[in-house]
Amino acid sequence: MPAPQILESATKPIPAPPTPAALFLGFSRVGLSGFGGVLPWARRLLVETEGWLSAEEFNILLGLCQFLPGPNVVNLAVAVGVRFCGWRGAVAGATGLMLGPFLVALVLGVLYARYGELPAVQSMLHGITLVGAGLIIATGFRMGLNVKNRAIYLPFAGAAFAAIALLHWPLPVVMLGGATLTISLSWWRLSQEAKACRS
Amino acid sequence: MPILIELFASFFLVAFVSFGGASAVIPELYRIAVTEHAWMDARTFTELFAIAQAAPGPNVLIVTLIGQHVDGWLGAFLATLGMCLPMSLLVGLLFKHWDKLQHWRGRAAIQLGVAPMAVGLVLASGSLIAHSAAPSLIGILLLLLTVAINLRTKLHPLWLILLGGVLGLMGLV
Repeated sequence: MPAPQILESATKPIPAPPTPAALFLGFSRVGLSGFGGVLPWARRLLVETEGWLSAEEFNILLGLCQFLPGPNVVNLAVAVGVRFCGWRGAVAGATGLMLGPFLVALVLGVLYARYGELPAVQSMLHGITLVGAGLIIATGFRMGLNVKNRAIYLPFAGAAFAAIALLHWPLPVVMLGGATLTISLSWWRLSQEAKACRS
Repeated sequence: MPILIELFASFFLVAFVSFGGASAVIPELYRIAVTEHAWMDARTFTELFAIAQAAPGPNVLIVTLIGQHVDGWLGAFLATLGMCLPMSLLVGLLFKHWDKLQHWRGRAAIQLGVAPMAVGLVLASGSLIAHSAAPSLIGILLLLLTVAINLRTKLHPLWLILLGGVLGLMGLV
């Protein structure tokens, strides 16, 4: 049915590709609006508000950013920047995203250095720490629910947890050793699937 | 080694294992900042974590605050840059070839394999922070309530952080 498509492109003109300045400003808004997770705000800017990316393009770029380690949303700002304006766009996007939060953090850090010893500040931060720990644990559970073939892969999550939280093994060793195991397993399973498909 | 180089180098290396972002590598950040270099005590570390949680922006701000605590704004800048730079460079390099890699079996294998490890890391991070905060019984309830509300409802996390701050001020947790 071609009709709705025409209608959509008529009402939604293809936006001009962003300049580095537009990327900087756009990602500045994303960085400062994101409390507890910046990613939904990045999606809103890129796909909904500005329409720089289609939902599908967004998912493909996000795939790249989640494939690599590191702060995913910084990776995303770099990927979007490179996509439109090369390395200049990458610098503009990432700087825009980080500059505002960075300055806010510096101000909070200065206040902490000054007033951090006050009992009231310490009790307040103690309460926030517990909520912060809860938010991270909730994120972990949510990520766990999104893991495919949970019966096979989640025991590895349990093992990684035990190695770091209970046995206090060094995290890089656990991550690299564990990921070698799990990636070999998933590679083997994908090969088996491919064979099953061919025969 | 000059402390600024040490800051940059430490977080540059952490970036390579931080599958799941900064929230996944909190035990490693703790090991670097408290155990290995003694840049701060455990209490300061958890308090900087709390500030990073309450501030707007990506979770990587915990690294910014550690850097600032060690050596002012320049320390903050180099620590943050160290954490963000390696993968930003890789994203820039991989970007052109990502379309081709979409159908490579290794890509799918890495994504499937890394996901459960990231889950373990993130849960270990949360548990380390909770443990080092040594909560009272009401504090433990606050933590469990946060997990439940965040999983089950769409309530904005800022309200929970506010609740935590208020309960903390009242000396209940």
